[in-house]
Amino acid sequence: MKFMFIVKSAHSMAPSPALLEAMHKLANREIKAGRMLDNGGLMPIAQGAQVRIIDGQLSVLDGPFVEAKEVVGGYAVFELHSKEEAVASAVEFMQLHKDFLPGWEGTCELRAFAPGGP
Amino acid sequence: MTAADAHRAILAVWRIEQPRLITRLARLLRDVTLAEDLTQEALLAALEQWPTTGVPERPGAWLMATAKHRALDHLRRGRMLERKHELIAGDLNEEQQDMSDLDSSLDDDIGDEFLRLIFTACHPRLSREARTALALRMICGLTTEEIARAYLLPEATIAQRIVRAKRTLSESGLAYETPRGEELSIRLSSVLEVVYLIFNEGYTAARGQDWLRPQLCNEALRLGRMLTSIAPHEPEAHALLGLMELNASRAAARTDAAGEPILMLEQNRALWDQIQIRRGMRALERARELGGAGGSYALQAAIVACHAEAGTAAATDWPRIAEFYAGLAAVACSPIVELNRAVAVGMAEGPEAGLAIADRLLREPALKAYHLLPSVRGDLLYKLGRYEAAGAAFATAAAQAGNQREHDLLKRRAAEAAGASSASVSASGARQT
Repeated sequence: MKFMFIVKSAHSMAPSPALLEAMHKLANREIKAGRMLDNGGLMPIAQGAQVRIIDGQLSVLDGPFVEAKEVVGGYAVFELHSKEEAVASAVEFMQLHKDFLPGWEGTCELRAFAPGGP
Repeated sequence: MTAADAHRAILAVWRIEQPRLITRLARLLRDVTLAEDLTQEALLAALEQWPTTGVPERPGAWLMATAKHRALDHLRRGRMLERKHELIAGDLNEEQQDMSDLDSSLDDDIGDEFLRLIFTACHPRLSREARTALALRMICGLTTEEIARAYLLPEATIAQRIVRAKRTLSESGLAYETPRGEELSIRLSSVLEVVYLIFNEGYTAARGQDWLRPQLCNEALRLGRMLTSIAPHEPEAHALLGLMELNASRAAARTDAAGEPILMLEQNRALWDQIQIRRGMRALERARELGGAGGSYALQAAIVACHAEAGTAAATDWPRIAEFYAGLAAVACSPIVELNRAVAVGMAEGPEAGLAIADRLLREPALKAYHLLPSVRGDLLYKLGRYEAAGAAFATAAAQAGNQREHDLLKRRAAEAAGASSASVSASGARQT
């Protein structure tokens, strides 16, 4: 089963070098274990844009997006056996934040991919 | 939370930690099979204790500590050589001191140790069945019960295979070694064979009642990714991963709503997973860059790639496929490859050329009872308008087919050929008058 992990936070706190290193090691281990398929960190929302449809009107918004509370900061795609495994893996990932970025608050949302491929 | 939920949650945590547990213990004990036993014992301990104590904050450290205590017990019980014992006990004490270090769990580079584990589990001394069971258990972390379900076999059969395989490894002193030099390529091909066997087992299952059977494809893909990331310079590892990705990309198109298989040339290509195809192509490219274009998996992947790249069945580059089959026949001389080449040549140069190759296979003892030989011949004969011979070939094929659906399909084709045969007779009769 494929899962996407989406990390969201209201903080604009940059990850500490210690956290980056720990996340790098974790990603490395997961890639070597064949479980992590892809991952990436995202730049601040100011460098992105939004394309919306509201009331049948399509519009392009270039920001700033004041109403954004939680911002997606990164994602990863895993191939795992079960939701339980995804939860265990996300707990491990968030534990790193607790250990290496005190004061940070955020959410790691995990979502199963809709079935289609194997 | 029900007991079953708790069980699943604990198994999930254990599985995340399993690769690191087993590799670290193996390095400590210089014995992969013993390391596996202890990793399982740690799981049992967690299943016993966590339902009441809750999952510890650092489950990895807990599991490691538990397994290490068992390792120490084991070493004390077993009368190992005094010196070795002391050495290992010293290691254990050191490791135990390290355990307070939060980060230690991530500091292991499991790559080399994992490669050793894979080579041991897939040792050519073991039977294919034993190798696949051991690989799924030791490398993928599947339980005996899960492996049994995936292979539609009783749990006791799998358990026995694993116990015997481990015993063979221990008794032959193969429980901890890494092949080097020339032996490496032989050993690697044994590993790749296991991975491909696992993939094919899942692939033939298509859409099993039990998700665990098709899940074998994912386990094999995971093994393939593992191999290419810890042994990135092996072209055949990349080629095999490419081959598996390219085959798996058709999964959504392979069966109809009723679960009936759909032949590749008749599949809806819009359902093929283009991203997976791209991944497969990249892996194949990597194999070629590493000088592996002529390898057996690279050639098989190249053939599947030709299909993947064709927008429609009619656009298939059959001459190129026939060429790859000729290359494959040269490296892996097998009558089945030759039969496939007959099909490709039949498409590329016409049924007559294909039939010439297929007919030469009639003397092949390995294909005596193989239904696809008469089935291919029937198809080529039909295209040549030799309906009577085609009908006879399809009838033989139907009698040899082990699978009911294939049997029915071939029976239908035999009837079709018989119909065409009488129609053509009456047509020529009409011309005569």
